[in-house]
Amino acid sequence: MVIEVIKPGLRTTVQDLGRPGYHHLGIPMSGAMDRYALRAANLLVGNNEEDAALEAVFAGPELSFTDRRLVAVTGAELPPKVDGELRQTWEAFIVEPGQILSFDFLKKGARAYIAISGGIDVPLVLGSRATYLLGGLGGFQGRGLATEDRLQLGQSMARTPKSTSVPEDLRRADPGEPVLRVLPGLYAHRITEEAARGFYEDVWKVAPEADRVGYRFRGGRPLQFVPRKPPFGAGSDPSNIVDAPYPYGSIQVPAGTEPIVLHRDAISGGGYFTLGTVISADMDFVGQMQPNQKIHFTPVDMNAALAARRVEAERLERLRSHCV
Amino acid sequence: MARYSFGGDEHIAVEMDEAMSLRAFFGALSICNAVRDSKIPGVTEICPANASLQLRFDPDLIEPDDLMREVKQIEASASGQKQALTTRIIEIPVYYDDPWTRETLMRFRDRHQDPDATDLEYAARINNYASVNDFIAAHSGSPWLVSMVGFGAGSPFTFQMVEHEKQIQVPKYVRPRTDTPKQCVAQGGCFTGIYPVRGAGGYQMYGITPTPIYDPTQTTSYLREFMILFRPGDIVKFRGIGRDEYDSLVEDVKKEDFFLKQRAISFSLDEFEQAPAFYNRQVLEALDGH
Repeated sequence: MVIEVIKPGLRTTVQDLGRPGYHHLGIPMSGAMDRYALRAANLLVGNNEEDAALEAVFAGPELSFTDRRLVAVTGAELPPKVDGELRQTWEAFIVEPGQILSFDFLKKGARAYIAISGGIDVPLVLGSRATYLLGGLGGFQGRGLATEDRLQLGQSMARTPKSTSVPEDLRRADPGEPVLRVLPGLYAHRITEEAARGFYEDVWKVAPEADRVGYRFRGGRPLQFVPRKPPFGAGSDPSNIVDAPYPYGSIQVPAGTEPIVLHRDAISGGGYFTLGTVISADMDFVGQMQPNQKIHFTPVDMNAALAARRVEAERLERLRSHCV
Repeated sequence: MARYSFGGDEHIAVEMDEAMSLRAFFGALSICNAVRDSKIPGVTEICPANASLQLRFDPDLIEPDDLMREVKQIEASASGQKQALTTRIIEIPVYYDDPWTRETLMRFRDRHQDPDATDLEYAARINNYASVNDFIAAHSGSPWLVSMVGFGAGSPFTFQMVEHEKQIQVPKYVRPRTDTPKQCVAQGGCFTGIYPVRGAGGYQMYGITPTPIYDPTQTTSYLREFMILFRPGDIVKFRGIGRDEYDSLVEDVKKEDFFLKQRAISFSLDEFEQAPAFYNRQVLEALDGH
């Protein structure tokens, strides 16, 4: 009923679909950076799609099993091995008691989701099993996995998955062009029109400072601000505002130089201007970007954002009818 | 009218004013309360903030434009309301100029506006106080209102309840620190905050409180029911303490029957604005049970 951690990987955490509802008190939603991949992994092993699984970033853990379980690895191309023998990603496979699950080197993407039938049974905290690292909250003792941790598993589900693999067209496809779609707004009026044009024209590179809190980018031109007299309480830098909530996906640019896209463990608010928000349909993809990857930001309107959201929802429906 | 914007396809941001004021905060809070009462389907989170607010919504349940229209109507009908609040005043003991804060700030002098002074000396000087003690007397003399909770888990932004010209203001560090003591009381701009956990930060550091404000283990007596102490609208009175009282409070807060000094009060913005000093005296008397 437990798995033992032999090696933890780089930073492996327990995640589910998160704990919305506490943003106004500074607790972010957390949960899987790539929500679609988490759902797919769970469905492949007969779990409910919101069950807790492991999120491994860049490198996988090494885990020892004590009973027979169905396992699936989705998201990043991080090839799983059972007792050293390769298995496919996006496919369920069996791990027997005494066997060891380990991983080959990362081929593509950033975050793999490791679902185990029965799910990871850590306590529910504020309605979720997700780990919030900065707050030391939820997951396994509020932290990432460490060597010799013993993770409790839930009862294996009675449901036998209808399919043990996800067809190619239902996997997270590599987007042809690495483009993040942005709904401009929020404090976009603080920068000049020319600066906004430059922001959307320039090529940006994912910086090494990319984690569950947010993704930082470098390489584009610095932004020019519209001159102003600082409002009371805002601070003297032209990129400062009176501290306000930050939407998930919002893009802040401290001092106008390096954009940061806030993600699932977002700081809930602060004093930097934001120029827009990455649309919800592109947030999973952000979580799969590697440092040094080049991307563009492109402005879209609300209709385009909602249309993209429908495309994602339809794909999820097809995944569900394929698996359940 | 307030300024409205969508934050992607899941958020609406409403800025009451570019500048911070109690009136902007109360405006945002009353819209938040009215949105909560109206139980609009699809609204999933309501975040009041210093001079703004944010709503999160599910666009599968409500059209973004429809929600925007409803919130604007709510703002129109809420305006002109009396800005009053049933809230509480909480006393937070602060060991100003404590050795741990001092040790930390000395390690980051190269990131500070004034490398030859402590954060307190710098804040006192640029706000025209003759001494650090005078500055601490001003900081702890008048109450502060919690105008936002966030940044980190349970971290309060508090705004001092004094006339505009008496507001203390300080810039953030030139470059943020990589370390701040847990429960450090610190200021950036016009806001005093408390760091819930140890970590990076850019606020000017004044001291440390022995009372936890965030406890994910929920073992602290007054955080057993919920892990976060502050709510927007709470009123805070800082009280300066020395080393001996700090040490004994550190032990006391571990006890099962420890409680923070606090009282339920009602706050009226109109009455406060008419005579802030007089009004604050009443608020502080309420804390002492008069």
